Amino acid sequence: MSRFHGVDFYDVDSLLSEEERAVRDTVREWVDDNVTPVIGEHYLEGKFPKHLVPQMAELGLFGANLPEAYGCAGLNNVAYGLIMQELERGDSGVRSFASVQGGLVMYPIHAFGSEDQKQQWLPRMASGQVIGCFGLTEPDYGSNPGAMTTTARETRDGWVLRGAKMWITNGSTAQAAIIWAKTGDLGDADSIRGFIVPTDAKGFSAKDQKGKLSLRASDTSELVLEDVCVPKEALLPKSGGLKSPLMCLTQARYGIAWGAVGAAMACYDEAVSYAKTRVMFDKPIGGFQLQQARLADMLTEITKAQLLCLQLGRLKDQGKATPQQVSLAKRNNVSIATDVARETRRLLGANGILAEYQAMRHLANLESVYTYEGTHDIHTLILGQEITGLNAFN
Amino acid sequence: MKIAVCIKRVPDSETRVKIASDGRSLDEAGVKFILNPYDEFAVEEALRRKEKAGAGEVVIVSLGPAAAQETIRTALAMGADRGVLLQTDRIPADGLEVAKALAAELKDGGYDLILFGKMAIDDYNHQVGPMVAELLDLPCVTAIAHLDLTGDKKGGTAEREIEGGVEVVEFPLPAVLTADKGLNEPRYPALKGIMAAKKKPLDVKPASLGAGGLELVAMVPPPERKGGKIVGEGPAAVPELIRLLREEAKVL
Repeated sequence: MSRFHGVDFYDVDSLLSEEERAVRDTVREWVDDNVTPVIGEHYLEGKFPKHLVPQMAELGLFGANLPEAYGCAGLNNVAYGLIMQELERGDSGVRSFASVQGGLVMYPIHAFGSEDQKQQWLPRMASGQVIGCFGLTEPDYGSNPGAMTTTARETRDGWVLRGAKMWITNGSTAQAAIIWAKTGDLGDADSIRGFIVPTDAKGFSAKDQKGKLSLRASDTSELVLEDVCVPKEALLPKSGGLKSPLMCLTQARYGIAWGAVGAAMACYDEAVSYAKTRVMFDKPIGGFQLQQARLADMLTEITKAQLLCLQLGRLKDQGKATPQQVSLAKRNNVSIATDVARETRRLLGANGILAEYQAMRHLANLESVYTYEGTHDIHTLILGQEITGLNAFN
Repeated sequence: MKIAVCIKRVPDSETRVKIASDGRSLDEAGVKFILNPYDEFAVEEALRRKEKAGAGEVVIVSLGPAAAQETIRTALAMGADRGVLLQTDRIPADGLEVAKALAAELKDGGYDLILFGKMAIDDYNHQVGPMVAELLDLPCVTAIAHLDLTGDKKGGTAEREIEGGVEVVEFPLPAVLTADKGLNEPRYPALKGIMAAKKKPLDVKPASLGAGGLELVAMVPPPERKGGKIVGEGPAAVPELIRLLREEAKVL
């Protein structure tokens, strides 16, 4: 089976450490062996390749940038990003699974949880025994999560949660959900707190979203919480206000910025190989100027996105990366990856619409990635506010 | 169970190699190097034997340039305990010189088992494993596809896949075995293993190598393949095709 050799026009490899390259190469090989051969079929059937979860856990892909003390790999953020890149080269759904488990579930437990909660949950999540999901978005509140209507009311023994969450990756697979709810008035976004809710709790239900034309190899669900009672220890004690879930999103967006590069690299690789072998008018189509322009644009954008990610990762490792910098990378990289996937789809002609090739699957996936974790437009406004100091959200 | 695994850093089999300007070595620029795939089977087998025994040590030994430390660390990331690099800028063309250097390193190590890949995918020599066995006066079974060791660490049986069947060979320990494809399915180095590999001991010492009796004189790329010929279409083309296969290609 043929191996993926990466796209590296600027010798970005030389900017990586030996461990970073080793991590990347391990995940790359695992994706070649285990994701690529089965993903097209799972996508068509609308099924997440669940059988890959134990292998991903074994490799140490979940919460890989969290400390070894909790059963995680303790990698730096560049190595973590490279994992996301390679997973999304396989499929955005597979990367989404790992992003949610690590960035949106394990991260908040690590950042806002008590030591007991960390000990109780993180090792089991790293080993894949417990799958998690993240409930922030609601049917009527996507880009404006601060207006959420899910509530948590304190009782003598704990909390009662009530509300609905929508577009929840891993929702129907998860054993534990991180649910964000208001503990005060509906107008008080500062009262938002996070809760660890077992999905077998009475009143908790998850229903898979049907009819998706994107991220088909990923479970996306609607969660309903009908007076779900949880003990006091379910509260993430250090969570407070909308800032807490937004910090989780910054983690996940960081991984997405890398992941998008992976999807773009997969498409570019497919485009180059097709352009060199597909003969039309008696020569390979790669010999025509229009296709060369496509390929040159793709390579240029991928190279820029790679360098963007790498520097962002270095800043994050130094504790200097800002959420706005993460927004820029997520916004740019997903946008260019979508363009690369679309142009590859077109370069492949009629073949480009088949599941046998990757481009259209990536293209359809990236339309979701463009929209989730802060839409492209919302990131534009975050940057706009950063530049001008003026808020254009409302 | 103390096991040594001898490994080699080789160019990735999918790399398109170029011959350097001296006409007798590879141009390494842009070439990706990997752990020789047959050696990967040997490393995996050693790790499984140690895990099964519940105790022991797996030592990785390699002869090669400084960059081979990275290759050794790949094996350490898979789970081996420590590494030894016999460093040299140029691996001799004469396998016997490599074998002598390795044998000197392994001689007093007290190993129960010394494993190799059956060959390196860059030179296809199949030599070094059996030569080391000979130099150490140990029994050797080459190209094994299955291995059973007795519980008492005294010996074992190995299976070799031969034309049309399987050859079963018994041997006493200590022994030298070389691994073939099919012996096992090598594991991926887990991320924690990659991080742990940095902290494992890796001893680097200069390789003491003799001149050897072989000199690599030249490397030449294979001739370019000529374009094919279409002799016709459909059943009507068959007689002409057979004639050409018989008379020109001389394969029938």
